[in-house]
Amino acid sequence: MKFIEIKNCYKVYPNGVTAIADLNLSINKGDFVFVIGHSGSGKSSLIKMLYREEKPTKGEVIVGGVNISKLKNRNVYKLRRKLGIVFQDFKLLPKLTVYENVAFALEAMGLKNNEIKPKVIKALERVGLKEKIRSFPNQLSGGEQQRVCIARAIVNEPKLLICDEPTGNLDPETSKEIMKVIETINKEMETTIIMATHDREIVNRMKKRVVVIENGVLVGDHLKGSYKANESV
Amino acid sequence: MKVFRILKRNIRDAFKSVFRNFSLSIASITCSTITLILVAIAILVSANVNNATSELKKDLTIEVFLETDIDSSDVDTIRDKIIGLNNIKEENVTYISGEEWKNELQNESDDLEAILDTLETNPLRDSFEVTVEDVTQLASTTKQINEIEGVFEAKYGEGKAERFIAMFDIIEKVTIIIVGSLVLVTIFLISNTIKLTIFSRRNEIEIMRLVGTPNLVIRLPFLFEGFILGIIGSLIPALLTIYGYILVYDKMDGYIYSNIISLIKPVNLVFYVALSVMALGAVVGMFGSYRAARKYLKI
Repeated sequence: MKFIEIKNCYKVYPNGVTAIADLNLSINKGDFVFVIGHSGSGKSSLIKMLYREEKPTKGEVIVGGVNISKLKNRNVYKLRRKLGIVFQDFKLLPKLTVYENVAFALEAMGLKNNEIKPKVIKALERVGLKEKIRSFPNQLSGGEQQRVCIARAIVNEPKLLICDEPTGNLDPETSKEIMKVIETINKEMETTIIMATHDREIVNRMKKRVVVIENGVLVGDHLKGSYKANESV
Repeated sequence: MKVFRILKRNIRDAFKSVFRNFSLSIASITCSTITLILVAIAILVSANVNNATSELKKDLTIEVFLETDIDSSDVDTIRDKIIGLNNIKEENVTYISGEEWKNELQNESDDLEAILDTLETNPLRDSFEVTVEDVTQLASTTKQINEIEGVFEAKYGEGKAERFIAMFDIIEKVTIIIVGSLVLVTIFLISNTIKLTIFSRRNEIEIMRLVGTPNLVIRLPFLFEGFILGIIGSLIPALLTIYGYILVYDKMDGYIYSNIISLIKPVNLVFYVALSVMALGAVVGMFGSYRAARKYLKI
């Protein structure tokens, strides 16, 4: 079943830069897809379109049945509640504890405190951080902070997890741990995962579908792919 | 209830924010306090001016000058015709003869007395002083009187009352302009305070957006913050309105210019004004924050 469908999609920024040109891509439910490409290749634009931070200039982007190009600004929150997003720079709130950071998403949705608690604990258990529940982000290592970020992204049990270079700030060993967590989520929760990355080693080791973007154009789409020698990404 | 939980969290955040940016909050509050004090004064002044104007209008008179070549029976006919007009009552028409005018003028100054004495005939005409029932019809009544045979000229608009009314009109316009510009400054200042709050919380806002918080919910704490700033700023003006006006009223015994213009009684008026000042504070505060939220939230 197709979960994400991108049809003849263009993204042109107001300054005239074409980030995405005539992109076609479909991703099935439960898939694990790497998106690779140079800095400035357009992969960030693609990722941002998936969670409607950017709107396609032309063409269609359909996520879980929702046509993003037609989604009104005031309804974007409905889409965001159905997906989780993990960033390179974690985006945690320094004044809140680990628990509060994860609970933040549910609090914003207006859930009751006694509904929030079990969900937060479950999410933190999944990423293996249950014992750090009362810590503040600056008391955690980079890998732990990223795990908090993942916990926040999955606390609402989304169908899609978007990861924008989640291991970009981490050492190889920690990156491996993070990837293990993400892979478990993919398997156990059947969450569709889209991950933009630069990390050659991860992509080669995991043997998942790889989508290559160059100058805004899709130049490669390999099942069980890896970085090719000719792809100097 | 979900809505109440969201509201409760928002109000809590708004109060936190007011105290976190205390110096800027104080600036906004002070500005709205000053503005609202002036607004209160302006409302009280214009309420009193309106009141005084309508009282003075009761004293508006039409001066009717008669032809010189008429006798006393003609005067009576003219008087009857004037009284016959539907805007005029009998007791409001006073006859002043040319002789009476002359005597009055001669009593006023020696120079006039000398000049008038040199004249063989009295140049001053006989006249009527007419007060109308409905001042809005003043002009048409004057025109009707002008058409009566034997009337040389009927006119209005040279008395003290008219000059007061004209002056009050200017006072009212000036206060409106001053208050209007101060309201704008306050909106701008409150909007700036909220901008700082938005800036200091931009990470939080970004994350809120990413985890799927509706835009309205993101905006709410800022609207509350503006509301709180406006309401706090309106407390002193509201109290000043109530106690200040009562004090002024008592000090002046309810009159300005020795009984010519009376002040409006404080009770009810002050409460209405105090309430409007608070409402205005709240609206100005929310408008300021709405403006900032629109401009800087980018949602």
